[in-house]
Amino acid sequence: MSTIVFIDTRGEKLPKAAQEAVSYASQLAGGPVTAVTFGDAQGLEALGANGAGKVIVARGVKAVDGQQLTKLVCDVAAREGATTIVCVHDNTGKAVAPRVAARLKAGLVAGATGLPDASTGSAGQLFRRNVFSGKARAWVEVTSPVKVLSVMPNSIPITRGEGTAAVEEYSGDIGPARITVKELRKAGSGIPLPEAELVVSAGRGMKGPEHWASVEELARELGAATACSRPVADMHWRPHHEHVGQTGVAIRPNLYIAIGISGAIQHLAGVNQSKVICVINKDPEAPFFKAADYGIVGDAFEVLPKLIEAAKKLNAER
Amino acid sequence: MKILVLLSQVPDTTARIAFTNNNTQYDAAGVTFIVNPYDEWYALVRALELKEAAGSGSVTTITVGGADTEATIRKGLAIGADEAVRVDAQPTDALGVAQQIAAYARDKGFNLVLAGKETIDHNGGVVGAMVAELLDLPYVPLASKLDLAGDTATVERDVPGGVEVLEVKLPLVLGAAKGMAEQRIPNMRGIMAARTKPLNVVPAAPVDEVARTVKFELPPAKGAVKMIPADEAGKLIELLHTEAKVI
Ligand SMILES: Cc1cc2nc3c(=O)[nH]c(=O)nc-3n(C[C@H](O)[C@H](O)[C@H](O)COP(=O)(O)OP(=O)(O)OC[C@H]3O[C@@H](n4cnc5c(N)ncnc54)[C@H](O)[C@@H]3O)c2cc1C
Ligand SMILES: Nc1ncnc2c1ncn2[C@@H]1O[C@H](COP(=O)(O)O)[C@@H](O)[C@H]1O
Repeated sequence: MSTIVFIDTRGEKLPKAAQEAVSYASQLAGGPVTAVTFGDAQGLEALGANGAGKVIVARGVKAVDGQQLTKLVCDVAAREGATTIVCVHDNTGKAVAPRVAARLKAGLVAGATGLPDASTGSAGQLFRRNVFSGKARAWVEVTSPVKVLSVMPNSIPITRGEGTAAVEEYSGDIGPARITVKELRKAGSGIPLPEAELVVSAGRGMKGPEHWASVEELARELGAATACSRPVADMHWRPHHEHVGQTGVAIRPNLYIAIGISGAIQHLAGVNQSKVICVINKDPEAPFFKAADYGIVGDAFEVLPKLIEAAKKLNAER
Repeated sequence: MKILVLLSQVPDTTARIAFTNNNTQYDAAGVTFIVNPYDEWYALVRALELKEAAGSGSVTTITVGGADTEATIRKGLAIGADEAVRVDAQPTDALGVAQQIAAYARDKGFNLVLAGKETIDHNGGVVGAMVAELLDLPYVPLASKLDLAGDTATVERDVPGGVEVLEVKLPLVLGAAKGMAEQRIPNMRGIMAARTKPLNVVPAAPVDEVARTVKFELPPAKGAVKMIPADEAGKLIELLHTEAKVI
């Protein structure tokens, strides 16, 4: 019985999602776990504070080829005799967790939103995940001897204890990469939407792309990313990667401010997991108000300047 | 160019979500089913475009499900698929679905397998990657663009902070996301033609059952919304700071 956790440690400091996954795995295991990662990240010892006893790192391997990473994870799992494999439900994890599950004929909980339910007794552990685009939740039981869990980012608090992890370099053979990166095109300088904790979003109520300066200004003052509804992206008022909802990006930030968005069910499907939702709409009957924590019935063109002013004031006081 | 498109059936995006049998089953009473939007709008349409550009080849759809999925499958044929396959099985988990698809596809020589990014009911986003593993093929999730030159595919996918341009040799499995193609509305001729196109039903292969959904629940109801008068809009920022503590 042992637990390993596969994480992507790209970037300058240890990503939050990686620390969270290690915290998750060690809480689930009730003790230190082995973390598996790749690439050239430094400072991996620090994962000890989140509950990693050991970190195995495959140097020189890139994130793109899920097949290579799957071999890495399965090899470490075999050496460690792992019965639980934790991944992150992010871009990298989505290419690895299902492959690992298929290779090991293991049950997968895709996008677990918390630790298993303790109250389940003999029925085995039940893991909760969102289904129907956040309109319902399901409890999943894994019946195979090995289980694979991919954890939805932002699901549990990161635990920070004492200790440093031993870092070992992986030396096995995971074959060549069949996928190569030709180019990475950076999109803007802003905060990438899926990682943003604060999001300011606007819809067709803004009337045209020329009015987005105030949406961007509010986002800047709050340190938020910007998003939009689907018609806004379809009409090319805003870039496609800002489109949130059922057919766009699904996000779960701490704060989602929706300006001039009606709150169609397909829009809500991508944002209803946000912790706090604020809705600004001139129509008091807009369906979005039913999903909101805070609401303002008013004209966006009058409300936005007031919000920007208040945000500036708050920033000046901090 | 032989292309396989994984086509799943899901409740309409506006369908009421409710459960029966002690919350163990989705209540399909009165619900309209549609082709999963990612499978239809992006995977299938891009497959058709690639076939049209090549001037030859075939597009086959495959659906794992009961006879009740056939109306949905015909929609895929009406949009332009050449033939459809239904694997007559109702697996309890994603691996079961993937094993059925892999069992069918294994010896058929497909150059390209296109799945949707995820189903809008299960929201797993995993079946495509599992099929790729079972067929020992590369897989790119969340692909927003796909171009072919000979047997080399150029794929774009969104990653945090930008767009990654990838190169992979066929055969290949992709998870199709927004950007890959534009929705196509089937016309009358397509709908008529769909009636006579082949819809082959193949028996279920043996699969492993490794996970099951034990129960469903609706999320707790939202508390009442706190309204702020428009002329005091600035108060919202204050409340977000002092009360909600999110900024
Ligand atoms: C299968 C399917 C998938 C879809 N997927 C998505 C998706 O992923 N994401 C998505 O967003 N949509 C999606 N849609 C579309 C969705 O149904 C809605 O049409 C869309 O979300 C509406 O966008 P909107 O709220 O910006 O525009 P509208 O519905 O036009 O609403 C504009 C709102 O702005 C308000 N308003 C107007 N002027 C002002 C003003 N001056 N000040 C304040 N408020 C004002 C109006 O009262 C109105 O509520 C999908 C639809 C389908 C069928
Ligand atoms: N029962 C099914 N039959 C055929 N394809 C499916 C089925 N379930 C899922 N898929 C495909 O796999 C993708 C991802 O599904 P999921 O892992 O359920 O989110 C879908 O977009 C479909 O392309």
